[in-house]
Amino acid sequence: MSLAIIGGLLENIFEEGLIYGIMAIGVYITYSILDFPDLTVDGSFPLGGCVAAAMIGAGANPLLACLAALLCGMAAGCITGLLHVKCKITDLLSGILTMTALWSVNLVVTGGKSVLPFYDLPTIFNSGLAALLPEGLYAHRVVIIGALCVIAVKLIVDLYLKTKSGLLLRAVGDNQSFVTSLGKDQGNRKILGLALGNGLVALSGCVLAQQAESANISSGTGMVVMALASVIIGRTLFGRLRFVRSTTSAVVGACIYKACLAVAMQLGLPTNYLKLLMAAIFTAVLVSNNLGRKKHAEIR
Amino acid sequence: MLKFDNICKTFNPGTPDAAVVFQNFNLELEKGEFLAIVGSNGSGKTTLLNILCGSIPADSGRILLAGEDITRQKEHRRAAKMGRVFQDPSRGVCPSLTVLENMALADRKGRAYGLSWGVDKKRRGYYQQQLERLHLGLENRLGQKVGSLSGGQRQALALLLATMTPIDILVLDEHTAALDPKSSENVMRLTDELVREKGLTTIMVTHNLKYAVEYGSRLIMMHGGAIVEDRGGEEKQKLAVADLLGVFNAISVECGN
Repeated sequence: MSLAIIGGLLENIFEEGLIYGIMAIGVYITYSILDFPDLTVDGSFPLGGCVAAAMIGAGANPLLACLAALLCGMAAGCITGLLHVKCKITDLLSGILTMTALWSVNLVVTGGKSVLPFYDLPTIFNSGLAALLPEGLYAHRVVIIGALCVIAVKLIVDLYLKTKSGLLLRAVGDNQSFVTSLGKDQGNRKILGLALGNGLVALSGCVLAQQAESANISSGTGMVVMALASVIIGRTLFGRLRFVRSTTSAVVGACIYKACLAVAMQLGLPTNYLKLLMAAIFTAVLVSNNLGRKKHAEIR
Repeated sequence: MLKFDNICKTFNPGTPDAAVVFQNFNLELEKGEFLAIVGSNGSGKTTLLNILCGSIPADSGRILLAGEDITRQKEHRRAAKMGRVFQDPSRGVCPSLTVLENMALADRKGRAYGLSWGVDKKRRGYYQQQLERLHLGLENRLGQKVGSLSGGQRQALALLLATMTPIDILVLDEHTAALDPKSSENVMRLTDELVREKGLTTIMVTHNLKYAVEYGSRLIMMHGGAIVEDRGGEEKQKLAVADLLGVFNAISVECGN
């Protein structure tokens, strides 16, 4: 393989890996912080894309579309949270219910189309900041804009987690009775966390749709697996390094995951086997994670 | 300060497993009183605390705290006015947060948790000063995760966190039962110190008759959902473990164990 091909491959990995990194940060909030296995993700990811397609197709500003996607994702997360907290439905089922309902919602948003393209319209990748990029960098605009997005999200989430509200959110996943003893309703905090997480997932779907200039209803399938794998890969690799923030390791995890898929494709794996491979990678990550933990426990 | 008024509670009512715990239970606590509750298993001590804190509802009756009827208040609403330390040391702290972050959270109890900086740097000195009285060296380990502390250290911290903000009542649910003898002595000494200093109205459930006799201004013994011994004032001061053990054994013999 020549250097140019490897370079192209790497750029391709980062183009998508960084954008999926935004989703990984969202799932880090629900899975790692709240300890909530949230299946809403399979629905809220395409929701972001569909909202972006519908709004940009109607002539809206692409940044406004991002904000709308974030808010729609947050609403979806709220519904999962309300089902779980107020209706006392188990965490997994609450997510499945919202995910199923979102399939119809997404179709309504796209006007019944399963694929909604919006070619040659302004997106965050060709207007605004991207248009200001110098000639030489414009070819790499997807990586640059993607990196800016994920860094901005990471910094904001890191900052939030250091606020009083953020500390309390971390406490909910850790020890619910502690939050109750502080005079706060732990259920409401959970709903807030699910809203934040799914907001970021939808934002990720929105950014990815703008990169592809098209939204796809079925793009959500397998996203839970991908996001969880990213978070756990990141945690396994960097969990013991104190200077690497968990948000950073989630993003790096997403890139590594994407790299595994890209390498498999490059080696000639047919596209039909993609989801099988995704499940296989996740299984491998989970098993190695468990083995690692056992070893760690023995040492202690 | 605290009043249980005609509390009734039956578990699994209407089934063959129905268990009556309380029938018109009454108990009143003066402000500043430190009540120790002892009793055999199944006497209703823990159920009483759970009803007080709102973890389980009473079937009927009223609970008054500082003149306010809290019977129908949600658990977290009541918790804002109470400090509670559990038997399990990890329930009163957040293991994945640092000592400093735990202190900062407890410092805001009952108030809003907004978007301002989580840890107020100006309070750091105060937190250290508070930690120093534990004599566990935690004041130099502010950045350490609480999960890496021992059970005794966690429980001492939990006690400090529970009493940091002004509260109407301190609820201690067998809070030394899971600790080794030395740690439990330390936690008990700290409890007494904090209760005296802040004049806290306290309700402590314990299986340790020695602590029940040694600490507190009033002692009750419960059996089958009723108070069988109630000693306060001078009577309590003169009480010895041996006296208590006599009554305790009599009850247990009655039960046939």
